[in-house]
Amino acid sequence: MTDPVLSVKNLVVEIPTRRAVLRPVDDVSYDIAPGEILGVVGESGAGKSMTGNAVIGLLDRPAHIAGGEIWLKGKRIDNLRADQMRKVRGKEIGMIFQDPLTSLNPLLRIGDQLEETILEHLPVSRAEARKRALQALEEVGIPAAAERLGSYPHEFSGGMRQRVVIALALCAEPSLVIADEPTTALDVSVQAQIIALLKRLCRERGTSVILVTHDMGVIAEAADRVAVMYAGRLAELGPVEQVLNAPRHPYTDGLVGSMPMASAGKERLRQIPGSMPRLGSLPDGCAFHPRCPKADAECRQNPGPTLDATGGRAACWFPVSQEVSA
Amino acid sequence: MTDELVDIKGRAQAPRRSRLGEFFSSDFFYMFRRSPVAIISFAVVALLVLAALLAPLIAPYDPFNPASLNLMNGFTPPSTPNAFTGDTFLLGTDDQGRDVFSTILYGMRISLFVGFAAVLFAMVLGVLLGLIAGYVGGWIETLIMRIADIQLTFPSILVAMLIFGVAKGFTPVEYRDQMAIWVLIVAIGLSDWVQFARVVRGATLVEKNKEYVQAAKMIGRTGPAIMLKHILPNVLSPVLVIATISLALAIIAEATLSFLGVGAPPTQPSLGTLIRIGQGFLFSGEWWILLFPAATLLALALSVNLLGDWLRDALNPRLR
Amino acid sequence: MSTLVSIRNLTRVFDVSKPWLNRVLENEPKRLLTAVSDVSFEVEENTVYALVGESGSGKSTIGKMLVGLLRPSEGEVEIRGVNLAAESDAKTVDQIRSDIQMIFQDPYASLNPRWRVGDIITEPVVARGGDATGLAAKLLEQVGLAAEDAQKFPHEFSGGQRQRIGVARALASNPKLIVCDEPTSALDVSVQAQVLNLMSDLKDDLGLTYLFISHDLTVVRHMADVIGVLYLGRLVEEADPDALFTTPKHPYTQMLLAAAPRMDQIGREVEPPKGEIPDPINPPTGCAFHPRCPLATDVCKQKRPELRYVGTTRVACHHAEG
Repeated sequence: MTDPVLSVKNLVVEIPTRRAVLRPVDDVSYDIAPGEILGVVGESGAGKSMTGNAVIGLLDRPAHIAGGEIWLKGKRIDNLRADQMRKVRGKEIGMIFQDPLTSLNPLLRIGDQLEETILEHLPVSRAEARKRALQALEEVGIPAAAERLGSYPHEFSGGMRQRVVIALALCAEPSLVIADEPTTALDVSVQAQIIALLKRLCRERGTSVILVTHDMGVIAEAADRVAVMYAGRLAELGPVEQVLNAPRHPYTDGLVGSMPMASAGKERLRQIPGSMPRLGSLPDGCAFHPRCPKADAECRQNPGPTLDATGGRAACWFPVSQEVSA
Repeated sequence: MTDELVDIKGRAQAPRRSRLGEFFSSDFFYMFRRSPVAIISFAVVALLVLAALLAPLIAPYDPFNPASLNLMNGFTPPSTPNAFTGDTFLLGTDDQGRDVFSTILYGMRISLFVGFAAVLFAMVLGVLLGLIAGYVGGWIETLIMRIADIQLTFPSILVAMLIFGVAKGFTPVEYRDQMAIWVLIVAIGLSDWVQFARVVRGATLVEKNKEYVQAAKMIGRTGPAIMLKHILPNVLSPVLVIATISLALAIIAEATLSFLGVGAPPTQPSLGTLIRIGQGFLFSGEWWILLFPAATLLALALSVNLLGDWLRDALNPRLR
Repeated sequence: MSTLVSIRNLTRVFDVSKPWLNRVLENEPKRLLTAVSDVSFEVEENTVYALVGESGSGKSTIGKMLVGLLRPSEGEVEIRGVNLAAESDAKTVDQIRSDIQMIFQDPYASLNPRWRVGDIITEPVVARGGDATGLAAKLLEQVGLAAEDAQKFPHEFSGGQRQRIGVARALASNPKLIVCDEPTSALDVSVQAQVLNLMSDLKDDLGLTYLFISHDLTVVRHMADVIGVLYLGRLVEEADPDALFTTPKHPYTQMLLAAAPRMDQIGREVEPPKGEIPDPINPPTGCAFHPRCPLATDVCKQKRPELRYVGTTRVACHHAEG
């Protein structure tokens, strides 16, 4: 096994408020191998975006990293100064957000934005940068790319805009891309185009991707491994076919089971009772226990095990599939 | 991100308390407690308003009762015994021997009454017109907002003077002094509704596209019911901020008009009237007749204004 | 079964021109957007009719015309044989109006934040001058909340609970038909199943009819008895779920089904669909789908296909075959 591109170790993010210190990310660890797509799923407020933002050093104050380490290609990046971090972003880590307009400057032509980004991070001449900008637009499938270099962001459709953002994220040849809900705002047919594009480009370049999304379908289609988050913690982590086909954590199991499936027909859907607790009022013990069918006294009192404690897949004392096989 | 921010407040699971308890544990009160500017300005406003309300009880003299006046007490300096009568006045007396401290207390009553009433008038007018403009749209909106634009191109003090002048022309001489206060209120109120209308229209445009308004429409609620019951409660917090800042402006506008001699009559002097009277004596050495009313006006207007600024920050989550 | 709703040749045009003065100064023509174009379908009583489509397909516009939030530009909406736009008897109109309710997409925007939950859910009855004593408690329990929740404000509830409140409000006037506009698309996956189950139960218990508007094919397949597929304001295919998902007839439906991400096909490599949805202000001539269609021929560019039966499916395509 090669060295991981990114290694997140026991990451804790805290938000101090006047009532309590909230932990939107609590003891999260994962590695990403070169060229791998790691899907991060969870409901809103599960901490999946917060984890990504912590990695790229874009936490909004007063949220801050309160513990753990982040290593990028053997270099520790969680303790870098803001200006050093800025160099890492863009050069080493590309970013794709849900709303393409947040990543594009509305006042600059697309070509200039690409060119500037390339010049800032790569040692090339202006002419060479221009050439690469054109190449980048062609690669993401923008028709008539040479003419579109002179267009402004608002002149593109939503899908085309997201393509431009992908070109921008990849033009400095980063080794890692963080894509935060990249297709949530797009229509089904455009979403399929963007996912296919992201998969193809990253495979060709060997770029690793953290794909943050709430859509299990997108995960199934794109990710190699998947991390399921619940209330700030990793509930389950494993290869995508194992997690989706034979989930171990009761939460993943409930989540997968509650999806209306093509094969299931019209029967009642399985449902998880209740909803995810808010950060300010997490229950004692395992955060999932009030909704868990298997919870016992132990789960109600002691925090659930971390992934390490259970030796890998699911952070739960009573993993689902093991029971069946035993 | 937004969901995490909602979570931070953690309101859902907070134990239920009484209304008052809820207020004291609210983020709003917490922010108030943490802001020295807010506390001090609130204290000053509260003190001055209370003093004005209780003027008949606090004031050592009734400055409008000719029987209690002694012309011999004229021009007594602050806290110094009068050369002829030996009477001492905390803040001195004016040319007619009226106690400056008492005239300030009574003057503040007039100033605050005119200020509050004018803002209330401007608020009701502006909020209603803003709601109608925002909700109904079309040519009604264009008409209301163009009138507002045109009015904004004139300084509001000129508008007030114009209204005041016209109203005075229509009032019989014997009622002029009585009517002056009310004319003043209408004049200042009419020159001040535009801000309310603009802000409420903007907020209404946002609210009317929300699904809860559509739900009310679908149920068959009429326009006025939707505007007053559904939209109005949701556009009130910016109105509160503007009302506070407008109060400071209205108090100053009243003082300005009275200073120029078109406001409160000398029989019912406001702080502005007192300043006008006082400035005549400034260069003859009787500085206290001007200085104390002026300082009171400054303290009042400044602290109301600071309170309004703080309120704006506190009620606008984006600035936090 | 009887027909509850019949929609005939429904068309809605929006004027999206710039203000008059700008238009005159910049010498621009009026810009008209046809959001819904000549759509006809019928909804049987006690069934779920689903409208699916991507953005700009006009699915929400149809829903709004059905509940009376928008007026049709052409065509008519008939409910139990009564055309609301033409009916003159106010009492009949009012009765029919109270038979139709709506569940909205965004549970955060659809409840007035300054109102107590009890007032929100009884408003449909109170607004008509009805008696609402005990109604709030009954409705809240019906949707799985507690009677005491009537005293609380919307911000005290989670997204899923708020959507239950929205459902309770829709039930208040004892409706026959509920238009559900993307009722679960703003909800988290684990909560979506709760709301869908609740809606199914209520439909069976109360004999409701749903017009279910969604972009999510898996949800639609689970809920619907009949599915209508919309593209650029036109109804291109109508079939029952099994027929639609196993043998889609219209090339757009085929493309949509192929593009939708699916949980049961891990690591699937798809040939992504070509092109994007065209500008609805200048839709393509003939069949609106022809620029993206693999089957398109000259006739598709010139003549708009009529809906016709191929087997049990209604489809608007010149080249669709059984």
